[in-house]
Amino acid sequence: MKVSTEWLKDYVTLENVAPKDLAEQITRAGIEIDEVENRNKGVDKIVVGYVVSKEKHPDADKLNVCIVNAGLEEELQIVCGAKNVDAGQKVPVALIGATMPDGMQIKKAKLRGVLSQGMICSAKELGLNEKLLPKAQQEGIFVLPESVEIGTPISHVLGLNDQVLDFDLTPNRSDCLSMHGAAYEVGAILGREVNIPNPLDQLIEVSDAAAEHISVRISTPEYCTHYAARYITGVTITSSPQWMQNRLMAAGVRPINNIVDITNYVMLEYGQPLHAFDADKLNKGAIDVRFAKDGETLITLDDQERKLEPHMLLITDGVKPIALAGVMGGANSEVTEQTVNILLESAHFDGAIVRKTSRQLGLRSEASLRFEKEVDRGVVVQALNRAASLIASLTGGAVHHGVVESIVEPAKEVTITLRLEKLNGVLGTELSMLEVKTIFARLNFDCADTAQGIIEVRVPTRRGDITTDVDLMEEIARLYGYDNIPTTPIEGPTTPGAYTKPQALRRELRRMLTHGGWQELISYSFTHPDQAAVFPALTIGSKPVKLSMPMSEERSVLRTSIIPQLLDAATYNVNRKHPDLALFEMGHVFFTEEEQLTVQPKEIPVLSLLLSGNKGQKQWNVTPVKVDFFDIKGTLETLFNHLGLQDAVTYVANQPEGYHPGRSASIYLDNGSGVKVLLGTLGQVHPQLQLDRDLEDVYVAELLLQPLFDNTDYELRYRDLPRYPAVERDIAVVVDERTEAGALLATIRETAGELLQTVQVFDVYTGSKLGDNKKSIAISLVYRHQDRTLTDEEVTSVHGTVVTALEQTFEAELRK
Amino acid sequence: MAMKERLEALKNEALAQLQEVDSPETLNDLRVKYLGKKGALTEILRGMGSLSAEERPVIGQVGNEVRAAIESVIEAKQNAFQKAETEKRLQAEKVDVTLPGRPMAQGGVHPLNKVIQDIEEIFIGMGYNISEGPEVETDYFNFEALNLPKDHPARDMQDTFYITEELLMRTQTSPVQMRTMQSMNGESPVKIICPGKVYRRDDDDATHSFQFNQIEGLVIGENIRMSDLKGTLQQFVQEMFGPSTQIRLRPSFFPFTEPSAEVDVTCVKCGGSGCRMCKQTGWLEILGCGMVHPKVLEAGGYDSEKYTGFAFGMGVERIAILKYGIDDIRHFYNSDMAFLKQFSRI
Repeated sequence: MKVSTEWLKDYVTLENVAPKDLAEQITRAGIEIDEVENRNKGVDKIVVGYVVSKEKHPDADKLNVCIVNAGLEEELQIVCGAKNVDAGQKVPVALIGATMPDGMQIKKAKLRGVLSQGMICSAKELGLNEKLLPKAQQEGIFVLPESVEIGTPISHVLGLNDQVLDFDLTPNRSDCLSMHGAAYEVGAILGREVNIPNPLDQLIEVSDAAAEHISVRISTPEYCTHYAARYITGVTITSSPQWMQNRLMAAGVRPINNIVDITNYVMLEYGQPLHAFDADKLNKGAIDVRFAKDGETLITLDDQERKLEPHMLLITDGVKPIALAGVMGGANSEVTEQTVNILLESAHFDGAIVRKTSRQLGLRSEASLRFEKEVDRGVVVQALNRAASLIASLTGGAVHHGVVESIVEPAKEVTITLRLEKLNGVLGTELSMLEVKTIFARLNFDCADTAQGIIEVRVPTRRGDITTDVDLMEEIARLYGYDNIPTTPIEGPTTPGAYTKPQALRRELRRMLTHGGWQELISYSFTHPDQAAVFPALTIGSKPVKLSMPMSEERSVLRTSIIPQLLDAATYNVNRKHPDLALFEMGHVFFTEEEQLTVQPKEIPVLSLLLSGNKGQKQWNVTPVKVDFFDIKGTLETLFNHLGLQDAVTYVANQPEGYHPGRSASIYLDNGSGVKVLLGTLGQVHPQLQLDRDLEDVYVAELLLQPLFDNTDYELRYRDLPRYPAVERDIAVVVDERTEAGALLATIRETAGELLQTVQVFDVYTGSKLGDNKKSIAISLVYRHQDRTLTDEEVTSVHGTVVTALEQTFEAELRK
Repeated sequence: MAMKERLEALKNEALAQLQEVDSPETLNDLRVKYLGKKGALTEILRGMGSLSAEERPVIGQVGNEVRAAIESVIEAKQNAFQKAETEKRLQAEKVDVTLPGRPMAQGGVHPLNKVIQDIEEIFIGMGYNISEGPEVETDYFNFEALNLPKDHPARDMQDTFYITEELLMRTQTSPVQMRTMQSMNGESPVKIICPGKVYRRDDDDATHSFQFNQIEGLVIGENIRMSDLKGTLQQFVQEMFGPSTQIRLRPSFFPFTEPSAEVDVTCVKCGGSGCRMCKQTGWLEILGCGMVHPKVLEAGGYDSEKYTGFAFGMGVERIAILKYGIDDIRHFYNSDMAFLKQFSRI
């Protein structure tokens, strides 16, 4: 809402308050002032001039030579190129020495050999907003009303000596969608009296009763609680007076004609939208407010044909729709230059219904904006009377006696009980009752004592946002000043603060990874539907969740895996010469098993990793090495070791989708009761997918975090240091090349039993010497007894069983 | 020659020869020659048996003195050789200390998570716990329970990604507050912060992102005042932005709090004197807050006549942008190493 300070002065004095300071005070009291706009964009030395004569320029077809009386001792000769300039007009004249808002300097000049002593200006050249200019002023020079006096500064004529405050209103403060509301707010802040004139003081009616000519009926009492109308005859449609146009433009409203301007002007004053119908275009003036019928249509004032639906509220004349209630009037009853008699409407429509209609039709107006936010119900008739009196005085119309209205439910003032003790308890203040009452007085809220420390506050209808005692507390707090509320520590029992175990674990994983060289990412949760299906392993058999109205196909479903986002990040960085990547992200993935979503989808935390390029940057003592499967696996193993889960995890080569079939695995976790649950997947990305994304070998992994949360071993306990020496035995066995090292190690652990302390694969070799389809695996075993030195015989005996087991289970050949 | 003279002669000979020694090898040869088991000294002393009981101790002592004299020279020589040897080795082992070393691998936490962790730590220190909840929410938890019934004009403040009529991407982390309140079964105090991703239908530009992070806080108890809210926020911003940071509250509107306020902090760049970042005001807006609306308390299972509370919320991106001087919110989500690597230091 743009609030002109000059207009504001009609209701409250702004003496000794600079607009900038006022803006700051209003902001600090709760309504942000976005901008203080000076209406004068730099207009000076521009005055009203009278065009005495106009001659064609001797040497230029398109130029005129005008003699202008600008109130100076001598008349001025001014060369003007505008088509519409003519003798007898009053126009703005920039005098020699003037600087225009666009920076142009006006000097004495010769134009095609003819002396020009100034410039006749267009509205645009005066710095007026083009979009707000009446049609007549959009082209050519600005022809002023005849009534303006020659020599008057144009800034005075156009009300440019005005600062406009732009109120950025929160949704609860629709009371300030009106000048009166703004005046009450400013009055409360400054502690100054607010005077709103009573429109009836100026209204003169003719004796012929309006009710003889028009009638009002509300068929939808739930959605229209009050409809009031007046009947005015004999109006003359012209432009509205300059002062009114100036104020409308200051408020950002374009002047149209006197009747429309008056309804807009009064709407700005009261916040109450009004509408004027051409009474002669109505069927006997019999207003009926009802819902639309199926198939009904209405051409609105913007010349669009609107298909109406049964939930849309209409104003009809008993026969045809003539307006969309609270949104826009119909073209069939529009006020035009020929209009003589008027039915003037002021009504209250339900906010939700106006909102729904306006949304659905994509049609927002100053009226719908106000109804949606619930305007003051108490001023329906006052605004009507104010508009009627302006129409009478500015258009020559005769206002017929009486308001014709239908009231379903009159506006009521709310009374709220406020306890001083509770107020101070909530705010942490020590306000006295007197201080509280003083603030209510500033707000123009009446209050009455009911008991010691308790008052009843009557809230005016304009403040529909205040319904409970806490709303009153906010009024007290903001006018008392938030700065004046003390700053205290919380009293009462102290509470311990801590991360939960899963939260701490997530931080620990993040710490481990970043310290190990991994960079964390945060990517978008929305993705393309094609991406959602690429790595389905952890969400198999489920469906992605779709947004109902996505902003683009690219971001239309929720991610079911983070790996595609990591691959996008890899492509992005490889293209920017960052090929060596170790990336991870922890976040949610989403999926559902339902065909039509009825409950919240599954939403689970995962950890995803991506590794590509080289380990190590090339330098004199470092040779970069390409990363491979075992680098990413090694990282996972280190994480699992850190969580005490190394013995619970197994890797199974079962070719998860999206991965290289020969270089990928599913990871399972023994949940402590012997059940292996899926923990994640890892491996190289399928070469085709790599190719699609222009990537070299990329390794990825994705882990479900919940099994880690559930199974992490937090019981760290000390074991006695070994006191007796260990015995190391190495063996190398030749086995079928499909034999998995993991199986060999499992067999070794099983047969060697407790004496085996560690077992490690230290070499894997394939070569023609071994024969076709064979490989050699070299394994180092360390034996140790906790309580005594092992004898050679004991070790040889255990080691012998291990070798035998390998020979029998895997047809392993011991290499000598 | 008497034994004593022989010993003296041996000593002189040995010392003279030792004087000439120029390598550890010859030194060792001489040690064997004079002091070895079959060396010259032993050879002479073997003749002790033929001495009288009076002479024996005297000659014995002379013998020991001779041995000591030779040993001490040998030791001195040995030390000198060792020292020279060490000196030589040190020279040979000299490295160019200006050549680069082999780096330790270094990753980094995403700057948004860095900020979230910093804020979490501050509030944990103040006795808060951390609550989290789903990103796909119900209309009830995201709006209705928070005093935002359907058709409330304030719903316009947050344009929403809907999934179905009843399911949506949460537009704020406030539903976590409501879920936590309901799970407490009316117990107090509640002291939580809720970090997490939120989503709003916004066209992306330098200052808007359809996905961003919020941290909200909630305190409920029997005697929680607006002055406590000010005290809490004051403590928080001083820990976050430095001890001279001040806060300023401006009245505002949120459906879930009453009274409500926007919170400005002293500009982190100019310290309040006015600069481009704070548009010459000296203040930066970073938080929204207020006293929990009675309807929200009731929906959370708390008697609003008995309990009061405060809530606050802030945008993580906004804080990161201010803290690090970042010019475009989209950097956070582009996964550009050139950007992210800048935050791998402390």
